[in-house]
Amino acid sequence: MASSPGSNGKYNGKVNGKIVSLNLGSTNPGNINLEVEIAGIKFKNPVIAASGTYGFGREFAEFIDLGRLGGIAVKGLTLKPRKGNRPPRIAETPAGILNSIGLQNPGVEGFINDELPFLRKCNTAIIANIAGSTVEEYCELAEILSGTDVDAIELNVSCPNVKEGCLAFGNTVKGISGITREVRRYCKKPLIVKLTPNVTDISEIARAAEINGADAISLINTITGMAIDVHKKKPILANNFGGLSGPAVKPIAVKMTYDVAQTVKIPVIGMGGISSGEDAIEFILAGACAVMVGTWNFVYPDACVKVLEGIIKYLGIYNHKSVYDLVGKLELN
Amino acid sequence: MPLVLKEEIIFNKELVPGIFELAFISEYVSQRAKPGQFVNIKCCDGLDTILRRPLSICSVNRKNNTVIVAYRETGKGTRYLARKKAGDKLDLIGPLGNWFHVSDEYKSIAVVGGGIGVFPLLFLLQQNPCAFKGAYIGFESNTCIVMEKEFLHCSDKIMLATNDGSKGFKGFVTDLLALNLLQEGSKGKINGEKYDIIYACGPMPMMKKVFELASKMGIKCQVSLEQRMGCGIGACLACACKVKHDGDWHYKRVCKDGPVFWGEEVDFDG
Repeated sequence: MASSPGSNGKYNGKVNGKIVSLNLGSTNPGNINLEVEIAGIKFKNPVIAASGTYGFGREFAEFIDLGRLGGIAVKGLTLKPRKGNRPPRIAETPAGILNSIGLQNPGVEGFINDELPFLRKCNTAIIANIAGSTVEEYCELAEILSGTDVDAIELNVSCPNVKEGCLAFGNTVKGISGITREVRRYCKKPLIVKLTPNVTDISEIARAAEINGADAISLINTITGMAIDVHKKKPILANNFGGLSGPAVKPIAVKMTYDVAQTVKIPVIGMGGISSGEDAIEFILAGACAVMVGTWNFVYPDACVKVLEGIIKYLGIYNHKSVYDLVGKLELN
Repeated sequence: MPLVLKEEIIFNKELVPGIFELAFISEYVSQRAKPGQFVNIKCCDGLDTILRRPLSICSVNRKNNTVIVAYRETGKGTRYLARKKAGDKLDLIGPLGNWFHVSDEYKSIAVVGGGIGVFPLLFLLQQNPCAFKGAYIGFESNTCIVMEKEFLHCSDKIMLATNDGSKGFKGFVTDLLALNLLQEGSKGKINGEKYDIIYACGPMPMMKKVFELASKMGIKCQVSLEQRMGCGIGACLACACKVKHDGDWHYKRVCKDGPVFWGEEVDFDG
């Protein structure tokens, strides 16, 4: 695809040497159905801002209309406010970044009082991402948030940057089974379980989440990594280790999305290094019915909208009427 | 409100080895930028170094919409930037961050800059109409001095220090500041230079010293902090700095809550 949409919403470009022209309109042009349904929630389109990269949306509202997004997964919430890790918290690596923020957040009450009212006005689905250091904390968070008007809860059992809990619940079949089962009892909202890639076989983890009550799976969280300042002979991150994200992880994420989509029947939300509509389409072909855009939001604050426009363009060019025309429609060689 | 912009580079020249001055045309940035703010530049067109590099605005010409930033080539990102030429497009977001506090009540101001920390202070001096402006600038040595002429041009008094004494005062710029602020009178009374506010930008130990000197003299002090940034717009929480808060402390965002902070807020050892 050699061109981009002009200001009039018309796309003129070449696909495989063929000149195509189509009207993109604003959000949902022509007769393309962008809507996807996950655990009973209708997302107006398949592009969701990934947790931890979008704060609570406010900073991005300065750049784009948040109502254009399919949804927003908010910064990981804990019961009590968390200060987060010492800086430096970020290191750039080839085609990616390592982060170790350490779940800095205002706590669930702070979120409900100060952030949720703003988000609710944005006309997009809101996913509350929760993290704890004990099963009880997760359950309490799920219970509290079930009493609010968030649309879904995303279980963060995959954050590599906190000392206790979190990842420890997500990297074994036993751990994920237990926490999903327990949280399910308290969670009255659709429950999305976000998986870590730091496991031997992600399919069995996904299967365990499904069996124990997950309504959907999102993947991948960051891959644990390390970057070293050779002059100081020390890690760049104050926390020594961090989570790798960005375009560098995309092939890993696509493969894992494929593996998981082959294994579970519940909807899969794919993410990892998406920076364009075509990247998103890879995940959709691999079996995801929606995608999350993360790190690229740091580079372009309008990244989610650009990814959405790219998806629309692709659907138009190949004459697909719905996102579902493509979900899992990968043909292996 | 900042925007994602593509602006044309006018020049990108090496001032002294490793330090570059880059000028671009941007009506949007030039008409809105305030001293202390920065622009966040995508240095690499591809996926190699994906994060933007935050560069302080060094000077703005509102008549011809020119914006000048300066930077040191320190790694991959700035190496990409150093290769850009006049006529190339610069992918940037800005102006971002908060700005230095200015007030009609400040009749006399001083800026204290160390190394590449001098750049945002130049913009401040240029835009500030106050009665007396003192500039203290420090560099490692004679060969690293940049923008001395520009500082001369927009200040009433310039004091220059080099660590090795190859030009100006020998020692840290903070030693030079101390000498001038703390000149002792006959009864130990302080009769050195009087400032209503001191603005500092440079290495953390330098800013700490400036703040200590300023508080000793009862002078207000603002510092411009630096930290590794992710998004530059306040979302990712990567660029945390430790700030005192109600007897406790918390992390604020250098990019959004800063980069300018009041000296007394900052935990310089955090």
